[in-house]
Amino acid sequence: MNKLFKNLQVGILAFSSLVTTITVLLIVIFLFSEGLSFFNKKPIEPGFIIAVHPDNPITFINPTECKRIFDQDITDWKEVTGHAQPITLVTLEDIGNNYSEEQMGAEMEYLDTCYNHFIQGDKGVIAMIPERNFTNKIKANKLKLDKNSIASFVQGKEWFPTAKPIAQFGAFPLLVGTFLVSLGAILLALPLGLACAIFMSEITSVRIRSYMKPVVELLAGIPSVVYGFFGLVIIVPLIQKVFHLDVGETALAGSIILGIMALPTIITISEDALQNVPKSMREAAYALGATKWQTILTVLIPYARSGITTAAILGIGRAIGETMAVLMVTGNAANTTLNILKPVRTIPATIAAELGEAPNGGIHFQSLFALACILFLITMSINLYVNFISRKKA
Amino acid sequence: MIKKIILMLTLSTGILQAQNIKLKGSDTVLPLAQKEAESYKKAGKGSVSVTGGGSGVGIAALMDGSTDIAASSRKMKMDEKMKLQEAGKKIKEVIIAQDALSVIVHPANKISKLTREQLEGIFTGKIKNWKELGGENLNIVVYSRESSSGTYEFFKEHVLNKKNFANSVLSMPATGAIVQSVSQTKGAIGYIGIAYDNNSVKQLSVSYNQGKSYVEPTVQNAMNSTYPIVRPLYLYYVVSSEKTVKPFIDFILSSGGQAIVKSTGYIPVKK
Repeated sequence: MNKLFKNLQVGILAFSSLVTTITVLLIVIFLFSEGLSFFNKKPIEPGFIIAVHPDNPITFINPTECKRIFDQDITDWKEVTGHAQPITLVTLEDIGNNYSEEQMGAEMEYLDTCYNHFIQGDKGVIAMIPERNFTNKIKANKLKLDKNSIASFVQGKEWFPTAKPIAQFGAFPLLVGTFLVSLGAILLALPLGLACAIFMSEITSVRIRSYMKPVVELLAGIPSVVYGFFGLVIIVPLIQKVFHLDVGETALAGSIILGIMALPTIITISEDALQNVPKSMREAAYALGATKWQTILTVLIPYARSGITTAAILGIGRAIGETMAVLMVTGNAANTTLNILKPVRTIPATIAAELGEAPNGGIHFQSLFALACILFLITMSINLYVNFISRKKA
Repeated sequence: MIKKIILMLTLSTGILQAQNIKLKGSDTVLPLAQKEAESYKKAGKGSVSVTGGGSGVGIAALMDGSTDIAASSRKMKMDEKMKLQEAGKKIKEVIIAQDALSVIVHPANKISKLTREQLEGIFTGKIKNWKELGGENLNIVVYSRESSSGTYEFFKEHVLNKKNFANSVLSMPATGAIVQSVSQTKGAIGYIGIAYDNNSVKQLSVSYNQGKSYVEPTVQNAMNSTYPIVRPLYLYYVVSSEKTVKPFIDFILSSGGQAIVKSTGYIPVKK
């Protein structure tokens, strides 16, 4: 009976760890299968093509030009190596507005005729046509388009995921924004956190320490949306006033909030590292006549270096993945900038803000998963690096 | 203990069975749909479960059949329509209310009216300083909703003439955040649903005829359709489930339902 009970215990433990592992693997597989499918597609709404009048010599179009054409920044074909001819834009909505339901047919079976009618009437036309309606009744040239590539995704400078007809998926400003905010956060939080850890571990009395520790840990328990709200109402106006800015929602505001949020991680881990320094090391230092300050600087910190590095890196990891607080205070403008006093947009904030409204399974949806893959790779390499460092110590 | 659990389970399945209509979608429609569902239940006509998530989410749920009604703050896109058609589902569209968008600035801003062309210039980044519009020498800070929201889409189509917003536009996750930010930023401009109006920001009059006449964003002006930036709020359902959903939609369109529309801050479709 006792043996059976023991076996049962082992079984339950093994089962739970198995379930956890499978869950994690499934999440990763799901993430990458959605994210990677982004790269097999063209940055146009699935099922649509872009075509021009048959007399137009243009055969290829890149996303940037296409956006500028549909933004009416480019209004003449001669600006994109074509003949001088004003550009006319045609989308499905235009067809819907220009032709009656009867003309299009109940099942939209006459849509091609409508399109053809529209296109033949104007030599400057560029039209967005549903692929299955692009029959031989439409006399027009289909334009070639590049597929999304990892290079264009990472290097692209414009993030307009809902631009029509060709969306702009340039993750570069988002990457820069994420790094800028996280770097700022760690530069603020590391000295402060380290100082706090040294104070708690080496300088103050046990009694004060026993009060301080729960307070620091309380910081970790505050929901991130509360931090975000605090940032929006207090820190953003403060930054605006102090630096005389037009707008207070900046990378700096995000860095300050994330810095505060990373503090508990940094303080508790580096404090543990300092506490773990063997008593003999301390005593040896004092025996050599070192002052308290010299002991901390020359013995304790070098000895606890790997623990402190771990604290810093885990703090960065916390900052990179944080969503809600950043979403509320950084302004979310997809600027490519290294100026910490400018609004930026981070990867997690982009995913959180856009996923809810992105049509399920569409190209925009998948681009957000591709972003999530990048984020996953970043945090995973951070964790691997932490492992590497702590193993080196042992 | 076990008896209690069984009791709770049966109770909860009972509740699930009573929720015979599911409505999902736009967060703009959400507060209205909730109020309508409450009084629908109070009137003893049955219950409706209401969830948000966004217009796109609602329509996607309609496609896979996990909701009966999809609420949307934008017209269904042609490609969504085609996908539904491919799935063999016939869709019906009902406009249940109108929502007016107002353009807001910081209360200390001297500007009180703008034309559509000026708004387009501001939001696409061509006009960068208030002095170009006769205001003080102050950089314009543009706040917008997130690119995937129905409000963003509507503003882009009807105010920006389908052009894209500038890169430098600050995008906010919610309307409340726009009001908060505009109220504390001197050079700010943003757009919100008229129901969110409060005294911490100033609403601008808008002209859609090159400045010949300007119209204030009030419920009155939106109702007599002199105010131009008005968008319909939609419900979509599959024709085959018309029997189940029709009573609720009729209730919203009834005079009682439309009174709720007005009290929630939206504009009734039937006067």
